[in-house]
Amino acid sequence: MEGIYLVKAASALGAGFALIAGIGPGIGQGFAAGKAVEAVSRQPEAQGLILKTLLVGCGVAETTGIYGLFIGLALLFFNPLL
Amino acid sequence: MEGPRIFFTIPIFGGININETIINLFIVSGLLLVLSLVLTHKMEKIPRKKTQILAEKIVLMIDNLVENTMGKQYMKFAPYIMALFASSLCGSLIGVLGFRSTTMDINTTLCWALVTCVMLHYVGFRTSGFTGYLKSFTEPVPFLLPINLIGIVSTPMALSVRHFGNIVGGSIIMSLLYTGLGSLSSMLHLPIPILEVGIPAILSLYLDLFSGFMQAFIFCMLTMVYISNNGPEDA
Repeated sequence: MEGIYLVKAASALGAGFALIAGIGPGIGQGFAAGKAVEAVSRQPEAQGLILKTLLVGCGVAETTGIYGLFIGLALLFFNPLL
Repeated sequence: MEGPRIFFTIPIFGGININETIINLFIVSGLLLVLSLVLTHKMEKIPRKKTQILAEKIVLMIDNLVENTMGKQYMKFAPYIMALFASSLCGSLIGVLGFRSTTMDINTTLCWALVTCVMLHYVGFRTSGFTGYLKSFTEPVPFLLPINLIGIVSTPMALSVRHFGNIVGGSIIMSLLYTGLGSLSSMLHLPIPILEVGIPAILSLYLDLFSGFMQAFIFCMLTMVYISNNGPEDA
């Protein structure tokens, strides 16, 4: 019986640790947005294309963070260890 | 956070559960069917009605997107991209109306991603033939063969988990906000729970509307890029 509580506690901790993965996409998206600002200030007429590319790039860069979120969700709601 | 409610079970193949996601997917399909029937009702060669102009505008928008991203030789994929975009967008936005979003279930997005994956391998097969297709796994150097083989599995996985995770993450944040504001207003003994008015709308604008639209767009964009990478270079 105590083993289950141990697994539950470790899963909760693990879910928290998994969300550290959110740091990476934050930094990456910040870089991307900064570069986009530079590009717009250099070439203001290409703003629409730059915005579109930026949004798609941000969406793709988010993937690793979403993996972390997915692991966290798995540990909290459909834990395979229990 | 709960899974989709199960309404009833069809007793074949060991029981198929008919849950909220499936019902909502049928609602979305019906909605899109009715919408396209209404928009294309009594079409004319020179459009005079606003509905036909709107329909032509939407179709032209997707056609231009496909042509700019993939090239002219891929125009036969435009209907698939349109269907994918429309069902993904409506499936995410149906959450605003109080239904459960269909994209909050990984089965939905994984299914779309698998269709895309089969399509892109079929295109690669058709383009370069059997030996060419097998050879494409050893490019650029034969040393990378295991990584390319992992890529077969990781492509649909990444596509589906990205869409699913974004929508689920947004809805978790929204439900946390609603619960937090509700308990805050009951803690302050407000006669009317006035805190829940207006504040969630700002976050909902980003997490429900913008995120849903963005994920539908990214899903279609990546589908197009993957297919055109595997297909013929020029027409």
